[in-house]
Amino acid sequence: MSRVPQIGLLADGRRLHLQDGPIDLIVEARGSETAVAAAYQAAARRFAGLLDELCAELPLLRAAADPAHCPLRGMVARRMHAAVVPFAREHFITPMAAVAGAVAEEILGAMVQSAVLTRAYVNNGGDIALYLQGGEHFTVGLIDRPDACGLMRTTIIGSGDPSRGIATSGRHGRSFSLGIADAVTVLAPTASQADAAATIIANAVDLPEHPAVSRCPAHDLQPDSDLGARLVTRDVAALSDRDIAAGLAAGAACAHHLAMKGLIDGAALRLQGETAVVALKDLDAAAPRRPIERTVHA
Amino acid sequence: MLTDTTAVTAAGNADKIRCDACPVMCYIKPGAAGACDRYANHDGELVRVDPHIVLERTVSHGGRLVPFQAGGDWDGKIVHEPSVFVTAIGAGTTYPDYKPAPFIVSSEVDGVDMVTVVTEGIFSYCGVKVKIDTDRHLGPETATVRVQGEAVGHVTTGEYGSQMLSLGGVHHLTGGSKKEGRVTCDALMDLSNCKPVEMTIDGGATVVVQAGRPPIVNGVAEERMRVGCGSATIGMFAKQWHGKVDEVVVVDDHITGVLSEHQAGKLLDIGDSGIKMKGRRSTPGRYFQVAEPGTGWGGTKISDPLSVLGPFDPKTARPGMTMLMVSTTGEHAAYYQLDAALQPIEQEMPADLRASVERIQENCEPALCTVLFMGGAGGSLRAGVTDNPVRLTRSVKEALTRVTSGGAPVYVWPGGGITFMVDVTRLPAGAFGYVPTPALVAPIEFTMRLSDYAALGGHMDYVRPLASLKDNTEIRHMSAPSDPGRRP
Repeated sequence: MSRVPQIGLLADGRRLHLQDGPIDLIVEARGSETAVAAAYQAAARRFAGLLDELCAELPLLRAAADPAHCPLRGMVARRMHAAVVPFAREHFITPMAAVAGAVAEEILGAMVQSAVLTRAYVNNGGDIALYLQGGEHFTVGLIDRPDACGLMRTTIIGSGDPSRGIATSGRHGRSFSLGIADAVTVLAPTASQADAAATIIANAVDLPEHPAVSRCPAHDLQPDSDLGARLVTRDVAALSDRDIAAGLAAGAACAHHLAMKGLIDGAALRLQGETAVVALKDLDAAAPRRPIERTVHA
Repeated sequence: MLTDTTAVTAAGNADKIRCDACPVMCYIKPGAAGACDRYANHDGELVRVDPHIVLERTVSHGGRLVPFQAGGDWDGKIVHEPSVFVTAIGAGTTYPDYKPAPFIVSSEVDGVDMVTVVTEGIFSYCGVKVKIDTDRHLGPETATVRVQGEAVGHVTTGEYGSQMLSLGGVHHLTGGSKKEGRVTCDALMDLSNCKPVEMTIDGGATVVVQAGRPPIVNGVAEERMRVGCGSATIGMFAKQWHGKVDEVVVVDDHITGVLSEHQAGKLLDIGDSGIKMKGRRSTPGRYFQVAEPGTGWGGTKISDPLSVLGPFDPKTARPGMTMLMVSTTGEHAAYYQLDAALQPIEQEMPADLRASVERIQENCEPALCTVLFMGGAGGSLRAGVTDNPVRLTRSVKEALTRVTSGGAPVYVWPGGGITFMVDVTRLPAGAFGYVPTPALVAPIEFTMRLSDYAALGGHMDYVRPLASLKDNTEIRHMSAPSDPGRRP
């Protein structure tokens, strides 16, 4: 069996695309031409073999994280574990909850170590690691349903902000959710922390025992899911405005708690068309910054 | 066709397969995808389902399946120009409008430089036209169609064996409440992506509509489309009934047919039976409005067919006469004999008449829902294609530019703008997206000669040779578009 990671520039000639198995990264670096080339080479070098490294420890990565002890050896695996530990006493969580963010961080780390860049990002399917130097900023679009490309709102992260990680979790994404949120987007100091926190907050947006929510054991859908027999959300019928508010409030309380502990910088929670924002910084840089309204009136 | 790099390993359990495309080695259940969302289990076969899609032209012409190349090595043998057609699905759109469409692809076709401008258009002027094959009464014309209680469209004309609905459009998308717009947008997207959508019609039925699938009316899946109207059914089957039964009534909400009075019966010298129909007689043997419309026999609301009859005429009718009553799909049928008081009494149906009912069933086509997406490409979309947008419209009208949607043929309406319709079952799965404005995102491609593109004021600096797309675009494994029920 020969498996070759896909490594190449995207059609725009600016961004690097790295794909291997389930890992799919879009990378962009800014700096001098030689710096960008060096950064992309470093990214590609670090990317080769990364998936095999993770898969070597897959059974442990899919088991509940032990808050007291990390049995993992790989750098990325240990970062995943560290990201979920703050939640492991109160919740069932496996290091897999931080895999996307931890991989993004690893590649970004390899890039900034080998080249002088002004800004860079590694986007791993919506879980994003950021690098920003003086005066630079990123405009980030938030998506309300990962299964449909809809832009909800945008936020701007400047080099003075603490956030260097963004992640989105919800019931429409690749992985299952225990909650009913359409999307929870989190800003946190690192991508792996954002990834783990988004999972926890999305799980908290919930209406336990509500008849509109249908659930089924995770392993019935995906035989090797790390969630095993835990009930994951399959479908949510239309909820009343009151139920939507209650579900969002449960998630917002969780997000607020994490923000107070310094685990996240902010979160936007989305459920059936309604949004709750928990933020130390104004998350909603308001739609008018992006001329969506204008463009659609064709 | 799977290459050896994506061999499927039998995993003991017959229904799930183990993918060994990468070291994650996912177990994948039927109908599900692996962790990567790139490989899926389709009826026990591992298939690749990438979002970047290159359709072989042969597929859009109803041809064979396209093999895909797995892994990172391109063998160079799969893309045989000019048979490859690049679609807009997954191309993405960029804001603001004046940025050139994400991929503007050039390839050599018959010695002529061809350009395909691939973009995903955002359509706030869009909707779907739905044709539901059923005789059942779904609701009165112009009645409001609702999804989750929100108005998303209306019942329009009744057509042959079917009811048309018109859903979406700019008024429901942007003219009503925020929730109405959002629900409309979701319903349009799901219908366009061949997913089922439940809708209720004011003063009518609840219907589950899914493109390429039978409609489900009030919880019951429709099986057959009528063989014809009641009168036409009499015409088709008169010979088969001749000599086996004295009278046949084909119950139909629109045109109920009566054998003894119908021209087809007269030609066979079938005698008067003394039957007395309710409703309004149109021409001999053809009756309108024999009952109220509904979801019972032949699209009427009746469950007892005798309720459409008055008393038999004692001057003509005689005891012992036999009568078959049947609906236009053969789904309902009953056999009667007149007693001494000329009352029809239900009897067991003789085998030869049962065979004729089965023949009616056999001759019915399967009842389906058909969904046509309709959208208008306005100024902003065209601006992504050329500097001088109106020239693109003119070029389409002059047939210099071919318009397709996800590689599927479209019908472009005459008149102003580029307003097109496309059968959603001919697009690959998941081709439609949305923005919360709300508006739908649909693929649209304009194909023309490179020289014509330049003349239109095309973004020549952004034209890319097809070869440059091959490295980061996968050919998608998909079934032929001629199979209507292929998508889950």
